[in-house]
Amino acid sequence: MKKLLALALTLAMVLSLAACGGNTTTEEPTTDDGAGEGDAATQEITLWTYPIGGWGKEDVVDELMAQFEADTGIKVNVEYLAYADGDDKVNSAISANGAPDLIMEGPERLVANWGVKGYMVDLADMLDDTDKAEINAATLASCTNAEGKIYEYPLVMTAHCMAINRNAFEEAGALQYIDEETHTWTTEDFISAVAALNDYYGDTVGAVFCKGQGGDQGTRALINNLYGGTFTTPEHDGYTWDDPANIEALELLKGMDGIDFDASLEGGDEIVKFYQGILKMAFCWNIAQQLDPNAAGTGAGKTITGDDIVFMSFPSETGESQLCGGVWGFGIFDNGDDAKIEAAKTFIKYFCDSEHTADAVKAANYFAVRDTAEGADLSGIWADNEIMAEYNKLMPYLGDLYQVTAGWAQARTSWWNMLQDIGEGADISSTVETFMAEANTAAAG
Amino acid sequence: MKITSNRTRAYRIFSLIVLIILAFLFIFPLYWIVTGAFKTGQDIYAQTPHLWPTEWTMANFEKLFSRRSAPLFQIGALVGPTVPGVIRWLVNTVFMSVMAMLLTCLTAAMAGYALAKKRFVGRTLLFSLIVCAMALPKQVILIPLLREMSALRLWDTLWAVIFPTVGWPFGVFLMKQFAEGIPGEILEAARVDGAGEIRTFATIVLPMVKPGVGALAIFTFINSWNDYFMQLVMLASNANYTISLGIATMQAETSVDLGLLMSGAALAAVPIIIVFLVFQKYFTQGITMGAVKG
Amino acid sequence: MAKQPKSTMSRALVRRETISGYMFLLPSLIFFIGFVIIPMFTCIFYSLTDVNMNTEGMGNFVGLKNFIDLWKDDTFKEALWNTFVIVIVSVPTVCAFSLWVSSAIYKLNGKLLSAFRCIFYLPVVTGSVAVTVVWKWMYDNYTGIFNYVLKDGLHLIDKNINWLGDPKYALGCIILILFTTSVGQPIVLYVSALGNVDQSLVEAAQVDGATNFQVFWKIKWPQMMPTTLYILVITTINSFQCFALIQLLTSGGSGTNTVMYYIYYTAFKLTEKAGHFGYANAMGVILAIFIGLLSALQFKLAKEK
Repeated sequence: MKKLLALALTLAMVLSLAACGGNTTTEEPTTDDGAGEGDAATQEITLWTYPIGGWGKEDVVDELMAQFEADTGIKVNVEYLAYADGDDKVNSAISANGAPDLIMEGPERLVANWGVKGYMVDLADMLDDTDKAEINAATLASCTNAEGKIYEYPLVMTAHCMAINRNAFEEAGALQYIDEETHTWTTEDFISAVAALNDYYGDTVGAVFCKGQGGDQGTRALINNLYGGTFTTPEHDGYTWDDPANIEALELLKGMDGIDFDASLEGGDEIVKFYQGILKMAFCWNIAQQLDPNAAGTGAGKTITGDDIVFMSFPSETGESQLCGGVWGFGIFDNGDDAKIEAAKTFIKYFCDSEHTADAVKAANYFAVRDTAEGADLSGIWADNEIMAEYNKLMPYLGDLYQVTAGWAQARTSWWNMLQDIGEGADISSTVETFMAEANTAAAG
Repeated sequence: MKITSNRTRAYRIFSLIVLIILAFLFIFPLYWIVTGAFKTGQDIYAQTPHLWPTEWTMANFEKLFSRRSAPLFQIGALVGPTVPGVIRWLVNTVFMSVMAMLLTCLTAAMAGYALAKKRFVGRTLLFSLIVCAMALPKQVILIPLLREMSALRLWDTLWAVIFPTVGWPFGVFLMKQFAEGIPGEILEAARVDGAGEIRTFATIVLPMVKPGVGALAIFTFINSWNDYFMQLVMLASNANYTISLGIATMQAETSVDLGLLMSGAALAAVPIIIVFLVFQKYFTQGITMGAVKG
Repeated sequence: MAKQPKSTMSRALVRRETISGYMFLLPSLIFFIGFVIIPMFTCIFYSLTDVNMNTEGMGNFVGLKNFIDLWKDDTFKEALWNTFVIVIVSVPTVCAFSLWVSSAIYKLNGKLLSAFRCIFYLPVVTGSVAVTVVWKWMYDNYTGIFNYVLKDGLHLIDKNINWLGDPKYALGCIILILFTTSVGQPIVLYVSALGNVDQSLVEAAQVDGATNFQVFWKIKWPQMMPTTLYILVITTINSFQCFALIQLLTSGGSGTNTVMYYIYYTAFKLTEKAGHFGYANAMGVILAIFIGLLSALQFKLAKEK
């Protein structure tokens, strides 16, 4: 019996071996085929996309790509990246001369990182004056580097916010501290709410997560807004974490019962804890999450325990906060193949500036960066979506898009390292000083 | 005398109890993966752990199988039917592990024999190199290897993972230990009989080191099935993913969906565990013989 | 066994042996040289240059600059220290633990023995990626089973411990996982080594009135020396394989950085240091020296016995 089993197993292995044996050897040339054949047959390009709303979901993207291929004859091979290790994958691909043709992410990577290092194609020639007028000026500025080169063609944007567990707030009697109409609250409200929740539940209700850089816009916005501090200089040439307002905010958070500096969580993990009903507030939130049904299938805008989730602006002294913005769009890696760059540009034009832009924006679950695209009106695409309309209340609070500051990659790393150290009980102002210096050294170049 | 034996018995019982507790701890992760794969979201996220699913569900597997898709195989222009990504990952993993296993066993058996039985120039140097390289973590040679694979146009193919596995000299070291047990007189006799090198190797050496080859085969198979680092660096496209890389990537994509992750982990772990249990006997035989002789 | 003194071998025989030796070595050497030795030497070479992600070729020679920078890099020192701690802690504990388990189970009847052997081997087979999915949950700060058992079950602690987020515990947690995935093979080896101990010597000692303890250390232990040395070697190799655990559980934070992870981090993570291949390779060289010393020590021990 055992021999038979072993035999069957071996047979299966040999078969699969024969099947794949040819595969890898013969498949490998196809990766470089596109160049030679050019316009003759179908052209193939690759797109790597970070999980930007529906652009991280295969069924959504497949539909868009099928339409695109039918219209243009260009086949797009899509790979999906995760925030946790996507950067590593792109970097190792660059090192192996295997970078994708197209990449979808925000200016903090496309402009401030790969753009600065010279891997990206300048897209300035794709934007005429009409385009420049149509696209939100601050957004376009964030996609442009100091020399006026545009490394990202923006598609969508949003303001990152936070979220609260409405049922928990209600039970703890903390609903009085939030304004559900305007989705805003003040620092004082926040302090009272956390105290009420902590009294009621006797446990951590919110986590300043700092395992890594994932979702750090949440901790940045929280700390900057509490007492009105800033993250960078207005000129985007240095970091200002030692702003007394930031130190005060850090001291407040560190001293608060119910708020925990947690080095075992990143933004994504924090959301899990929030969904589970353990944390009563999440600092890493945005509209795409509000619209996304959770893993346990209790529906969008609900926790796994069935509680209602309300999105909120970050607390600040006046209630009028500066929210961190997210801008996402496409960039082209310069792989030295003009035909592919051309095809990639066709792709960008098709999705970012044509009648198809509405679909591309809707797929992302965010707001369009422009009002019209080649005559197609985009301002009303979310008109029929109540939650999106409600979320639009937060968009005026969209703050400075500072993620294009020099040394950005180092700054993000220094930021979570700083939070870890503070969480472990290090002296706050000197720790901030040390890590800010690290970031500023990188910014100075 | 009496007291000692009582003491011995008490110690035996005590250690057996400790062992049983430890055994539970060692099985627990696996138990949790397998049961977790069939739990509902409510169960998995419950704040007090549910040791047994309150309700069995296939939903996690349905989700796993509807995620990503890739052709079952691709041989030149011949492209297989589109299947769920995990199926392709399994196919890739089997191909990679079998290929690594075959190549390693063949090359290591030959080299081990030569190192043990041939007195050639440079033997000591080579052996020291092998011993030194054995403990070398792959991270040390990561960057040169990546560039090399890129230059050979093997990057993002399974060969980029297979070749370094075969190059890892542990197998040679192990096979040398085995080959040392072959009596020199037998080899001498074969030579006197006029048997050529290849015939001697195939008819005398191979049968004698068979247990070693068996152990090395299972060892290599399990190791490359579970390897993660080389795959992470060398494989970029979904269609070339292996199961551990696929699961790790899923873990990076969604820490939210623990049920999905459990089902993926179960799918990665169960086949290799079955292989292990089936060939277990040969494995324990093989590795012990190699070590004791060493 | 079949050792022939070199002097008696004729020149022709040496030549013949060398040729046939290398014929047999050839296939293995192609892979070994191509994918281990050449990259290893390239690594040494790179460590003396400023090669980075941008450079197509070799980069500029910078002498020992990378090593001097490393000397000043606190993160690297921490990583090196952690790597050292992992080896120093996990190798002896794995050896001692597997020796104890084996001595407790080797006399059990066949079925039970092989059941235990299998169970302790399972985590090795399951693989670190699949295993991390569970361990991440077990260590969880809020809903993990460790906290649940310690706090709600045994009432030993009154506040949840943040296992993976607290530098006091995180490295220990990683070592524990590494431990469970490492003891399988040593147990299999020790069980059979104990079974092969010369029983006549044991009996003779018992007749002389030796206690179990004395029998073990005086008679069994010396006979198991080759096995122990082999176990030392494979356990050391194993303890350098913790990359997946660190990458998937802590991303090198809370004091769990190791040289293995830091090399990868420097090469590919999106930080200011990203793509500084020369720097990363300098770490590789130091790690290789560290490992070389360790293996040399072990083999010296082996020779002496």
